[in-house]
Amino acid sequence: MREAVGTRSYPQGTETYVYEEVDLYLPEEESESSLLQKVGQAAMIVSGAALVALAARRAWPSGSQTAQRLTERTSEALAPAPIETAVTIGKPKAELYAFWRRFENLPQFMRHVEEVTDLGGGRSHWVGKSPLGFKVEWDAEIVDEREGESISWSSLPGSQVHNTGTVTFEDSPNGRGTVVRATMEVGSVNPVGQAVGKALSSVTEQQVREDLRRFKHLMETGEIPTIDGQPAGARHLINIRNPF
Amino acid sequence: MRAVCWNGPTDMRVETVPDPEILNRKDVIIKITSAAICGSDLHLYDGYIPTMKKGDIMGHEFMGEVVEAGPEVRNLKAGDRIVVPFCIGCGQCWFCQKELWSLCDNSNPNAVIAEKMFGHSPAGLFGYSHLTGGYAGGQAEYTRVPFADVNGFKVPDGMADEQVLFLGDIFPTGFMAAENANIQPGDTVAVWGCGPVSQFAIQSAWMLGAGRVIAIDRFPERLLLAQTWGRAEVIDYEEVDSVIDTLRDMTGGFGPDCCIDGVGMEAHGTTMDAKYDRAKQALRMETDRPHVLREAIMACRKGGTLSIPGVYGGFVDKIPMGAAFNKGLTFKMGQTHVHRYVRPLLERIEKGEIDPTRVITHRMGLDDAPEGYKTFRDKEDNCIKIVLKPHGNGHAHHHHHDHGRMEGQRDHGHSQKGRGDDQETM
Repeated sequence: MREAVGTRSYPQGTETYVYEEVDLYLPEEESESSLLQKVGQAAMIVSGAALVALAARRAWPSGSQTAQRLTERTSEALAPAPIETAVTIGKPKAELYAFWRRFENLPQFMRHVEEVTDLGGGRSHWVGKSPLGFKVEWDAEIVDEREGESISWSSLPGSQVHNTGTVTFEDSPNGRGTVVRATMEVGSVNPVGQAVGKALSSVTEQQVREDLRRFKHLMETGEIPTIDGQPAGARHLINIRNPF
Repeated sequence: MRAVCWNGPTDMRVETVPDPEILNRKDVIIKITSAAICGSDLHLYDGYIPTMKKGDIMGHEFMGEVVEAGPEVRNLKAGDRIVVPFCIGCGQCWFCQKELWSLCDNSNPNAVIAEKMFGHSPAGLFGYSHLTGGYAGGQAEYTRVPFADVNGFKVPDGMADEQVLFLGDIFPTGFMAAENANIQPGDTVAVWGCGPVSQFAIQSAWMLGAGRVIAIDRFPERLLLAQTWGRAEVIDYEEVDSVIDTLRDMTGGFGPDCCIDGVGMEAHGTTMDAKYDRAKQALRMETDRPHVLREAIMACRKGGTLSIPGVYGGFVDKIPMGAAFNKGLTFKMGQTHVHRYVRPLLERIEKGEIDPTRVITHRMGLDDAPEGYKTFRDKEDNCIKIVLKPHGNGHAHHHHHDHGRMEGQRDHGHSQKGRGDDQETM
């Protein structure tokens, strides 16, 4: 998989998005409609910088009143479904909790988070990885915490990305380690409209699931599997044929 | 370095690509001394496995010498000779701990794609599409091996490459096929396909107590190897009206106790259902051609076991589930948990219980690999198994195109009659 960057234009400006691209080889020539379907699939399936994309839109110059109005209007229409996903990790919950609670560690497995700084007193400052140098930052605070069991957080007012969430660590009932469960609500600061917002929230769910999977990789093996940087023969220059 | 790269169906090219580098701390880089073309590579060659990309480096059955080790590699060092399982284990997850190595939770960087297709992701595999990680394979001068302490098995000094090369795939795959067949002492084992995996399944069936082995194929040299090396009774399916009836008659009405589908998704047959599959697969309405699977279900004795080492990739059609259910069959299948078998089978080779080199018919340099794929796919030149020597006779060094063609066991001068479009292999 590799990351590809594209742009979309909206009346208010241009948005940059990132998606991961994988070829699906089908031997027969595709019709245009199946190609379009696959583009659609690609957009649905792959995770993107969804959080970051949301934030990037939020980061438009505040003078853009249209954007502001749109944001307000659509935020009501867009009751975001909470994201909930879980993974079982073959390590004791105390170890997992301790690693997570040290927020500086999170960028090691959260693909779209560049840096987290613990500000003390349960507060933290987050910097998102954003395409084309958009700086996406927000502050969060712990709203509830049970040592070794769970952490709940919420972004603070004035943040570019609004999100609340809880991560819990429970012993697996059948002795397979720890069930790590993440529940999150992201966004509603989204001028793109309900349909797109819905699609994005599904992408975001995928992203959270991927982050949890990388957390598992890192905790169980000490590394995250990768093929980035391995050799390959000549690739297609422009990957029109197989966008998925 | 030079590497065999997939460029589309039936389009393998030997290309110059960058050398592999250590990407994670538990990786090693090995210099490939021998690599095989596997029957399952033919599914990629023919374009039936999705998520291949132009430029992907092929090869999942290989061995070589460690040239560089990452900082967290504990058990291997430069100079060690290792054979590498085709499936990549992490050694730590629940599945690896249970020795279900091909189901490792931590080795597939593209697990998300596999989950969409299969519900859950299996292990990463070398050179076998991006669905299973997109790892560069071993039909190259060098390759990277992740989690090297887990995936690199040292080879004893004094054992030739060709004695141990197949421990990376086909020998364990044949052995697990026999194990999965639940052979009880004296059982009759029927093996569909007489390709390399099936040949090892036949050998393994005897090791596990079979009383009788019946092998089914149509290529004379493969049937002959099953007869001579494998001591199997054979059925040429083109010479009989019905494989199912023939097996029933041969077993006094019972049917074989254990049936092994060593063919998989590109089966050939002479019956109506096989023609139906070919048409449907050609129209992309069916990904796999499960002719053998159907035949094995119908042939298997009541309460028997069906073991499937042949690769299936997607969806199959017209499976006689009613027959399987009402006859109370057991199905066992899956990619091989290679790591489980490497050491025990290595011991059998060391003791002289089996000579794996018997399946090798062709040896060649990397540059001849594209032609080798075609020869193997079309069963030309009596081809059963091809071994590639990426560094010629073994003394070549970095970045040089020294691919001295090795002498094959057979005379390459005479070519068999055209074998048409047939691809019965594993």
